[in-house]
Amino acid sequence: MTGPYRFIGKATPRQDGTDIVRGAARYLNDIKVPDMLYGKVLRSPHPHARIVRIDKSRAEALPGVAAVVTWEDAPDWKGGTPRYTRVLDKKVRFVGDAVALVAATTEQIAEEATHLIDVEYKILPAVFDAEEALMPGAPQLYEEFPGNVVTPGVPFFGPKSLKEVVMGDVEKGFREADVVTEGTFGYENLPNPLPPEPPGAIALWEAPNKLTLWVSNQASYMDSVTLYHAMNRKVEVRTIGGPCGGSFGSKFMSWQVQCYAALLAKATGRPVKLVFTKEEHLAAFVLRPSSRMKARVGMKKDGTVTAVAGSWLIDTGFYSQTTQSQVAVGCGEVQIMVRCPNWDLRPVIVCTNRNASGIVRGFGGQELKCILIPLLSLAMEKLDIDPFQFLKKNFVKPGQGYFWRDGIWYEYRGVDYGPAMDRGAEAFGWKEKWKGWLKPSSTAGAKRRGVGVGVHGNADIGEDASEAYVRLHPDGKARLFSCVTEHGTGQRSNFVKMVAEVLQIPLENVSVAPSDSLINPYEFGPAGSRGTYAIGSAVIRAADDARKKLFELLAPRFDADAGDLETVDGFVFHKRRPDKKVPWKAMGVDRTVTGYGRFEPDYTLTNCMMTFVEVEVDTESGQTTLVRVVNATDVGCVIDPKGLQGQLNGCLGSAGIDSALFEETILDRQTGHIVNANMIDYKWRTFPELPEIENVVLETPFPSHRFGAVGVGEIATSPGPSAVLMAVSNAVGTWLHEYPVTPERVLKALGKGGAR
Amino acid sequence: MKGKKKMATNRGRQGRSKGPAMESIGLTVNGRTYRLEVGSAPGKVDPAHTLAYTLRESLGLTGTKVSCDNGACGCCTVLMDGKAVLSCMTLTVECDGREVTTIEGLADKETGALDPLQKAFIDASAFQCGFCTPGIIMSAKGLLNENPHPDEEDVKEALSGNFCRCISHYQVIEAVMAAGAPEGVTK
Repeated sequence: MTGPYRFIGKATPRQDGTDIVRGAARYLNDIKVPDMLYGKVLRSPHPHARIVRIDKSRAEALPGVAAVVTWEDAPDWKGGTPRYTRVLDKKVRFVGDAVALVAATTEQIAEEATHLIDVEYKILPAVFDAEEALMPGAPQLYEEFPGNVVTPGVPFFGPKSLKEVVMGDVEKGFREADVVTEGTFGYENLPNPLPPEPPGAIALWEAPNKLTLWVSNQASYMDSVTLYHAMNRKVEVRTIGGPCGGSFGSKFMSWQVQCYAALLAKATGRPVKLVFTKEEHLAAFVLRPSSRMKARVGMKKDGTVTAVAGSWLIDTGFYSQTTQSQVAVGCGEVQIMVRCPNWDLRPVIVCTNRNASGIVRGFGGQELKCILIPLLSLAMEKLDIDPFQFLKKNFVKPGQGYFWRDGIWYEYRGVDYGPAMDRGAEAFGWKEKWKGWLKPSSTAGAKRRGVGVGVHGNADIGEDASEAYVRLHPDGKARLFSCVTEHGTGQRSNFVKMVAEVLQIPLENVSVAPSDSLINPYEFGPAGSRGTYAIGSAVIRAADDARKKLFELLAPRFDADAGDLETVDGFVFHKRRPDKKVPWKAMGVDRTVTGYGRFEPDYTLTNCMMTFVEVEVDTESGQTTLVRVVNATDVGCVIDPKGLQGQLNGCLGSAGIDSALFEETILDRQTGHIVNANMIDYKWRTFPELPEIENVVLETPFPSHRFGAVGVGEIATSPGPSAVLMAVSNAVGTWLHEYPVTPERVLKALGKGGAR
Repeated sequence: MKGKKKMATNRGRQGRSKGPAMESIGLTVNGRTYRLEVGSAPGKVDPAHTLAYTLRESLGLTGTKVSCDNGACGCCTVLMDGKAVLSCMTLTVECDGREVTTIEGLADKETGALDPLQKAFIDASAFQCGFCTPGIIMSAKGLLNENPHPDEEDVKEALSGNFCRCISHYQVIEAVMAAGAPEGVTK
């Protein structure tokens, strides 16, 4: 993995590595602000209720308590899409909904005070299933959403924002098919992305309409935008991001916890820190959306899909901030995966009385594939089509296209991913292990092995806008201003590499400004896989612009055109006279040179990940073990080989492959309580249980990026879950269609009882 | 799918001998001895305070991370008398006379040079978001104290109580194996 570059593609240490291993990286909860108070949230024990009366007098009387805030005190701040969800409301809509906020001198006192708030509720009937929520007479969560149907569409995506996949003539498509299959499929186990660092915020009011917030978010600039709107466009919000202890998408929307801290800081006139407990994180933050599909597909003998028609029901929990966005992107992504001229796929987003769904890696597409691939598999089985060949044939090729999230048709102009898929299949040994549908690849006593494959691609690598500055200093150093926090992908270090490569200066001579919205230009943030291509291109352009301005400044000294100059290691010279050079200091010691770069959204590129899995099923105990994973992709050009390996290994966690094996949030559908909201009962993979992972990475350059690179990190989680379902079905010889494949479900499929 | 739990052994051995009227405890952290008053007033060690709380909030040693605060994730792991323990499951009042090493205490006190284990984590890029890293390093340090040249299974077992969501496990194993390789043996 070495290219023609000085830094790009080389294994270099993360810039923040020393701080991380010394415990010196300051995450949100490590920050203390002078005079700071601590906040806690009183949460509803009922899934649906009206607050009749709140008496906070006993709580307010507790020594150390500085303020108690209820819906009666709170301004009309709202979030959601559309913005109908109040930060504190007179109605609670899930077990864990915020009822009151307390600020006190210690967390312990604040916690104690929450127990002294007396609340009288009028309990309302609740609904926990999306189909039941749609029925006449079902409990209504919002007056604004009749029938509990959330308004479709995303204003930010434009007037035609994608709400469905409808094109061609599906009836004609079904007539042309050699086989038509249908069924209902779900991905409803609500896995939690569960970063180790809980959500939180520190709020400080600088003036009555000026708020400073310390945040933990992958996209800290966007918090200032989201909050500006949530606070009814009356408050100027400055957000300061820092190291983020994992997000996987989830912390992109942290407006509630940020508003809680802001409300308490407003009420007390002092800075307030509010950090969720792990129980709150698991029960009252962000879950994956729940998906159910009732659909039909038509397929020809050669693996051509002739029609897809059906409904996609998405349960978003008590409100939606981004679910419409996930539906739009999911609808785009499904067209990238399956070539089909005739579609009638109609999503409906529904509110129910549970904790909300939000952003998680896979962003709608993982959810949709987890329910569509099992349906396509039924057709493949009937036609005896190898799923690897099917997925390879149907993935978008250069010159083909898709409707993206803005409802506009784009022609794909990236690389052909076929060779990467072939290399993956070879590394996995697909040809040897694939024995046909519902056939194990090997059997040893009660243990049977099976294989499966999945694929995912996202045209988000060039989505949304980015801006950056690069400032050159006379001492030969450069500083990058890009409002990106480090949330695990290593992108802050990668952008340093890009700047150093453009300017040809040592890595240690490039630093990144703090991710503070006050000093940095607009940055959508490293959402999806847009870091390398979108943010990277803005950063590269800023460095290039600074370089050009430096040359223009120094050209007269060489009696040359700016275009004839070159710079290496902080010296400038004429390309034909490299021996005669001047240091950057020649710009003047009282000067800096600032370049500006902007990236405009471009939806004509998609990344791709194909994942092969091998599982071993113990037919006596029902236990499934993930034995081996092979991920195959083409990234154009590797920026950082070790960081890339880490991102691809991430396919297991953060509600990825393990969401098919054992991860689930268990909702008691009688009471609305989540019964496993702790890290003992919520299952996660441990060190002794690691499967073998191999990542096959090709580097076919994408010419529209300076280094030919595209991002891929986000999608590592997405192809795996449906592949696991396929592999387990093949191992046991019968279809399993529910996530996760618990021992009970495996035994039930084998006709061994013990099923729930 | 859950790792073994690590708790402080012989909890409160010396604390209890002083009886309920204990007024202060002596705690050595990273080579520095602190005399901490016990009580519920601000600035004192409340009997309910965990070691994680005292380290972070009273002593300002925020390198130790708290994630689950319930003994399940290993983020708060520190060394007590050389052994890895969960500081969120250990009460400070039970640490009288103990020697605690946190992530801040691993580097050489004189030169500031990183411990070979810390260096190995950087070389292997054995972290992504880095939040669980201090706990993982301290668990690994506890292992290397007992078993300087562990095999891969030893490493996995020693880290079985450490949660990492980014999945840096593979690079962590590489780093710990490199730090624990017998001298002259490179990976």
